[in-house]
Amino acid sequence: MIDGPRSLGFYALAAVFALFVAFLYGPLVAIVLLSFQGPDGGLTFPMIGWSTHWFAALFEQQRVGDFKGSFLRSLGLGVIVMLLTVAISLAAGLAFRKRFVGSSVVFYLAVASLIVPSILVSLGVGLLFRVLDWEPAWWTSGLGVHLTWTLPFGLLIMFAVFNRFNTSYEEAARDLGATGWQTLRHVVVPIIAPSLVGVALFGFTLSYDEFARSLLTVGTRNTLPLEIYGMTTNITSPALYALGTVTTVFSFLVILGALAAVTIVQRRRERRAPASVSRKG
Amino acid sequence: MWAGVIDRAAARPVALKARRGRWWAAVTWLQVAPLVGVFSAFLVFPIVLIAVVSFWDYTEYTIVPDFIWRNYAEVLGSAVTYRTYLSTLKFAVLTWAITLVLGFTVAYFLAFHVRTLKWQMTLFLICTIPFWTSNIIRMISWIPFLGRNGIINTALISTGVVRQPLEFLLFSEFSTVLAYVHLYTLFMVVPIFNSMMRIDRSLVEAAADCGATGWKTIRNVVMPLSKPGIAIGSIFVVTLVMGDFITVRLMSGGQSASVALMISNQLAYLQYPAAAANAVVLLAVVLLIIAAMMKIVDVRKEL
Repeated sequence: MIDGPRSLGFYALAAVFALFVAFLYGPLVAIVLLSFQGPDGGLTFPMIGWSTHWFAALFEQQRVGDFKGSFLRSLGLGVIVMLLTVAISLAAGLAFRKRFVGSSVVFYLAVASLIVPSILVSLGVGLLFRVLDWEPAWWTSGLGVHLTWTLPFGLLIMFAVFNRFNTSYEEAARDLGATGWQTLRHVVVPIIAPSLVGVALFGFTLSYDEFARSLLTVGTRNTLPLEIYGMTTNITSPALYALGTVTTVFSFLVILGALAAVTIVQRRRERRAPASVSRKG
Repeated sequence: MWAGVIDRAAARPVALKARRGRWWAAVTWLQVAPLVGVFSAFLVFPIVLIAVVSFWDYTEYTIVPDFIWRNYAEVLGSAVTYRTYLSTLKFAVLTWAITLVLGFTVAYFLAFHVRTLKWQMTLFLICTIPFWTSNIIRMISWIPFLGRNGIINTALISTGVVRQPLEFLLFSEFSTVLAYVHLYTLFMVVPIFNSMMRIDRSLVEAAADCGATGWKTIRNVVMPLSKPGIAIGSIFVVTLVMGDFITVRLMSGGQSASVALMISNQLAYLQYPAAAANAVVLLAVVLLIIAAMMKIVDVRKEL
């Protein structure tokens, strides 16, 4: 299994894996192709000519709803959620390196936040603002509910990071007279930087795509997923696919950006540090 | 590392140590305070409020503070509730079974048959990328495949397998489960892959040396050692399906119900107390299912 010639089992499993990947990406490929339908084309193949007609339709506000406004709201919210997720997860991750009174309560809160059905969070926060007579908005209630979804992921990533963290670097820094803050700023954060990029990616994309939790909490102006959902019920043209293509391409750019950032950080580290050091951490 | 810290600490006067201890406790609490703040304000408090409001009364336009059991009586006394729970559980069990088999197979291939770490990570990343894109778009993207004039029906008709387009492909229970599998298999793959990567490879070699066939090794070595991952994945998938309403609404074309869909419909009619009672029951059911799963594996130990 570890070495030697490939077994028959390998090829069978490889085939299953290939089918799984096709299953994951096939539908996306189809809607990307169909979003370039000609003006007379429909929701299914065959393609009746090729055009960017449906992309143009997307940007006319009257025809398909407020795409631009909801996109900008989702973008802004995603960036705020991302920054807060990184900061709060990092701080909490540092605290969890030692056992403290109540640490298991906090841990179970995070787990609970992951498994409580989204609609309950939405309903609860919606009720809260209703009872307090506050107006829900994406930057208040919306921000809060999105954090309940992104923070558990951030915290779990931090757990994984600090479980494998080699503490001798910190000790070396302390022995050389660095303060706690200096150790964090110049030793810990640079070492875990790639993981922090990962947390940022989770923070942004989970917020950018969140639907159920946003339902009662973003107020009168929709974020993009809510807008898209509204469109699924009243648009029956390839404009829907054009919308899917645009948001998916945007998501892919964000993911690629995060992966590129991680790669650059690691390359630079390998170039700067002696080989023996760069392997660790 | 700890030995060094303890030695150094022990060398200091006791008073200094105590002051340092208090200082550290304060720092630790400051570090977790934002996290605790968010969860308190946007998770714990709202859920307590749901429980409170589930006893309130409501009219067509407003909700009235009260203490009545009517909301629960209506939820628990209605045959629709039980039928809806049954339908939701059916989706959950079907999705769980399919994602478990598929997720285990994919994770097993990645962990034991892909030989270099670089390829393992590349293929793993390929599996995870769709997770970071929109669920709604991923559901919509099945329309060109499953529709009446979609790719599958066109292919089946042109090859002469069927004469009429198959109607059950889109907007049916079939397409709902398909969408669940499409969206949630990743939640199985990641934890199971994580568990499998921790299995000592020499155990697998030892099993082979003792004459175990590939299948016997999987059954008696890999599967028991992947149990924590399987449990975490199962909790994810089951709770996601139990709390879902958007997939059922989009993919079943209004032909199926789910508990969360029932709640969201009540919200649309502003029947907050009724929705709250329903939500409390749903939460109880989900927690019971998780408790049952946790009985099998201690998840905390495995993180």
